[in-house]
Amino acid sequence: MDHAPIWERWLRGVALILVVLFFMFPIFWILVMSVQTNETILRSPPSMAFEPTLQNYQALITGKLETQAGSLDIAFMQNLWNSVLLSVCSVALALVLGVPAAYAFARHKFRGSEDIAFTLLSFRFAPPLLVLLPLTLYFQDIGLADTYVGLIWVYQLICLPLILWIVRGYFEDISPDIEHAYRIAGHSWLSTFRRIALPLAGPGIAAAGLLAFIFAWNNFIFALVLASADKQPVTVGALAFVTASGIQYGQIAAAVVLSIAPTLALALYAQRYLVEGLSLGAVKG
Amino acid sequence: MTEQHPLGLSIQNLTKRFKSDTALDDVSLDVPAGGTLVIFGPSGAGKTVLLRCVAGAIDPDAGQVLVGGEDVTDAPPEQRGVGMAFQNFALFPHMTARDNIASPLTAARQSKDAIRAGVESVAKLLKIDHVLSHAPRALSNGQKQRTALARALAGKPKLLLLDDPLRNVDAKLRFEMRLELPRLLADQGATVVYVTQDYKEAMALGDRIAVLNAGRIVQLGTPAEIYQEPATTDIARLFGDPTINLLDVTPERDGGGAIVRLSDQRLPLGPGFEQTIDHPCAIGLRPEALSFTEEADGVPVTVEAETPFNEKIVTLVTTLRGREILVSRPTGTPGPREGAARIVARPGAAVLFDRETGARIPPAPSDKAQTEAA
Repeated sequence: MDHAPIWERWLRGVALILVVLFFMFPIFWILVMSVQTNETILRSPPSMAFEPTLQNYQALITGKLETQAGSLDIAFMQNLWNSVLLSVCSVALALVLGVPAAYAFARHKFRGSEDIAFTLLSFRFAPPLLVLLPLTLYFQDIGLADTYVGLIWVYQLICLPLILWIVRGYFEDISPDIEHAYRIAGHSWLSTFRRIALPLAGPGIAAAGLLAFIFAWNNFIFALVLASADKQPVTVGALAFVTASGIQYGQIAAAVVLSIAPTLALALYAQRYLVEGLSLGAVKG
Repeated sequence: MTEQHPLGLSIQNLTKRFKSDTALDDVSLDVPAGGTLVIFGPSGAGKTVLLRCVAGAIDPDAGQVLVGGEDVTDAPPEQRGVGMAFQNFALFPHMTARDNIASPLTAARQSKDAIRAGVESVAKLLKIDHVLSHAPRALSNGQKQRTALARALAGKPKLLLLDDPLRNVDAKLRFEMRLELPRLLADQGATVVYVTQDYKEAMALGDRIAVLNAGRIVQLGTPAEIYQEPATTDIARLFGDPTINLLDVTPERDGGGAIVRLSDQRLPLGPGFEQTIDHPCAIGLRPEALSFTEEADGVPVTVEAETPFNEKIVTLVTTLRGREILVSRPTGTPGPREGAARIVARPGAAVLFDRETGARIPPAPSDKAQTEAA
């Protein structure tokens, strides 16, 4: 299959290793940092010789941070739980709303359908700060500030356009004849949607859901402004380690490891879907 | 099935436009219950659109569709009681062949045993019972086509719509299915509308053929009528292999009737063509209606080339003025291979067309017939 000369294959291998190193090194370094104390991290020059310790993880899990200035309460586990709750609920809601909408946009060309679809996409263009100030003000008025419901609602700005546009492409790729055939066989449109369109767009829906989950999980600015400490996700919660007595690098590293673990695991598990889902929109086959 | 409406399908004044294109232009058709109508036409003629309007996959702009006497124009596809096989098969890729075929039966909420029996009987009929557990992508093109057909038949619909089902299968299979389909369709007892671009299929399958062009029905008749009395030169050219010979002629008066001249030889047109005298016409002569002759009144021609097929030999000849004519004769019959020869047309085989409009000029009824009619 590969007829390239040996040296070319070698070169390619070396280049690949370099790229992998470049992108994986920070993750590796974070892992290493997370099992060190602040003192060993801040040594100069840095050294790989250290006594691994789990005290950073211990501090995160028990919620007690010991610093020179004294004991500090942190709510990292609560943050982690908030992240899970917010991301899962946002994606679930976005799927419930977005998949039928994507189907409608793909199959029924009604007056203004393109405009509506594009408007929904344009939510992704606007810088979040643009909408945050007015959002904060009227969320306070209607009592949605600092609530899970309010956050999940705002997270739809992230999840819904993503799901809508990726899944729409998948629906458009299904031959309408297949759906016609099922209906002519005597099935209602609802059952055609459930039995034909949904299963055939399944990989696309999975990819879109996964991407939306990752985007929701990584979101920082919405929760920073709209939520108080007990509703904040890990991305905001990690700020707590910047304390009056210095930055707790060890704990930050451990927190980062814990917070990327779920998305990394998900992404690894569903790699194939992700690649398919992302490339399908770009290159329609 | 207790009391059957005499018309299996009735299409009335159906019109469909896509933006500025008129796909169907005031099409009306009736198919008697249990009959087979073939819709024949070149691609883009509106055949598929017509079929989809009947199936409910496309909403017409105007007109009615009646299935078994019942107006279904506004009914959703699932309530029309039709079966349809698509040109691209349109199998459900995530279901096995069995589940594909079973889909009309599950829609009718039949019992598991009934579904199983129904699928198996139709699969046996179409000789695909050994691949029922396969997914569509694991089937050959021929098996896919049979699965699509089986799915259309499984629900025992009163109206069966077949959209060029043999288009995407190879020549051998198409030939087999052309032989097999008429019996299969007759056994079903359903009204059948069959769309095709292949004139042989149209002739083999249809009780009647509707020739569709640019959204209009240009001729409706039995296969024999369309072959022998094509309404236009276009239809004449589409039916028949080798293609009909169309020669520009201007009929002349000779004695009592009209004649045309080929290689200066008189060819009488028969009674009823007096009105065409001195009018620019085209004469249509089927290659198989011509034969070589030793008689002196034959049309002198020069043999140019001979193409032997298995069952027939087609000879290209030219007249004195270099006009090309194809002559077809069964293999095994004698004929000249080269040089000068004479040909003769079977009496009454010539069809006359208006050269400008391309429309067929039927012989005027004789005086006797006219007085009788009056």
